[in-house]
Amino acid sequence: MLEVKNLTKKFNGHPVLQNINFTLKDGEILAIVGPSGAGKTTLLRIISGLETKDSGEILLDGQEYNLGKVGIVFQDFNLFPNLSVLDNITLAPELVLKESKQVAEKNAMELLTKLQMGGREKQYPYQLSGGQKQRVAIARALAMKPKILCYDEPTSALDPNLRHEVEKMILDLKKSGLTQLVITHDFTFAKNISDQMLKIQPLGEA
Amino acid sequence: MTLKYIEEILPSLINGTWMTIKIFFWTLCLALPIGIIASLGEMSHIKIVKWLVKFYVLIMRGTPLLLQLIFVFYGLPIIGVVFPRYQAALFTFVLNYAAYFAEIFRGGMQSIDKGQFEAAQVLRLDRWQTMTKIVIPQVIKIVLPSIGNEVINLVKDSSLVYVIGLGDLLRAGNVAMARDVTLVPLVLVAIIYLILISACSFAQKKLEEYFSYYE
Repeated sequence: MLEVKNLTKKFNGHPVLQNINFTLKDGEILAIVGPSGAGKTTLLRIISGLETKDSGEILLDGQEYNLGKVGIVFQDFNLFPNLSVLDNITLAPELVLKESKQVAEKNAMELLTKLQMGGREKQYPYQLSGGQKQRVAIARALAMKPKILCYDEPTSALDPNLRHEVEKMILDLKKSGLTQLVITHDFTFAKNISDQMLKIQPLGEA
Repeated sequence: MTLKYIEEILPSLINGTWMTIKIFFWTLCLALPIGIIASLGEMSHIKIVKWLVKFYVLIMRGTPLLLQLIFVFYGLPIIGVVFPRYQAALFTFVLNYAAYFAEIFRGGMQSIDKGQFEAAQVLRLDRWQTMTKIVIPQVIKIVLPSIGNEVINLVKDSSLVYVIGLGDLLRAGNVAMARDVTLVPLVLVAIIYLILISACSFAQKKLEEYFSYYE
């Protein structure tokens, strides 16, 4: 369970986020919707640990947490272009979680199969379509066994007609018990996938 | 007759080639790592380190290599710093080329997308893992063409050691030409330079092919 309480963030004195509150229960999907400039991405960066908060609390199962507990699928995916699909996924489990190569590769193959990417493990990111890159990015994040998976605008880098595919994928992952947090400006998409929606608006100049 | 003449002067040309290769090889071996370190210095958050390295790069790139050679070999002894010829040449070449390499590496590092670092960060890779597994392999691919250019320049620039009296390839050819009043030695010198540079280009092409497994 992820709890965010009275979260506030300022950049150079300008408030970007003010008194953000929500609770995301295990296995559910929370969509954070708002126009660009509303601070959605900043919120996600704070939750994933890439950015610091100014005040407020973020608790995972009632405790403060460090980087890595929350996985993130970046808007542009940020796959490592010099590594194959399989190596993108196994790199961190091997180096950080100290999994053996066999274990890491077995897990990676299972994730790829689950995400309908079986058979593409030897390919390189440049050989994949946007949707396929996204699946690899999801597999890479899940291989680190995060408590929560966050997506930054999962539909924006993709063909509009792929939106339905992404919805289906996220709902499939939900069935397997994954807790997910999705940031989007697409209201319909948010409505279709989420158990709970949080709308945020850009704050006026202070 | 020409063939016999070529046979006669070839040993001295080969001797000179050997000197050229030695300077080339050691400059490359030393200037590349120093260039990498200097590039990190240029990107350092410590102001004094950053400005010192920037000043070094400015001097090295902003003045002629020939001047630097003369300065080190003929100039420094005036204030009591004496280098033997070969060491003076190596010292100057390494410092000069490291500055160019530093600029190339800095450009390469800065062209790596910030997202790569963030992706590594959320996967909890440490700095060393991020650099060795993700950043440096990508930087190498990006800088290879520029490094290749510099390497070819280095082969040709090595002929500047002529001015401090080192017996390199150019000097060997020049001596033979002046002594025997014929163009043949200079043509041979040109051919040998061409062979050396072709070898470098070939190596560069192979390396670029190796790194073309991804885009």
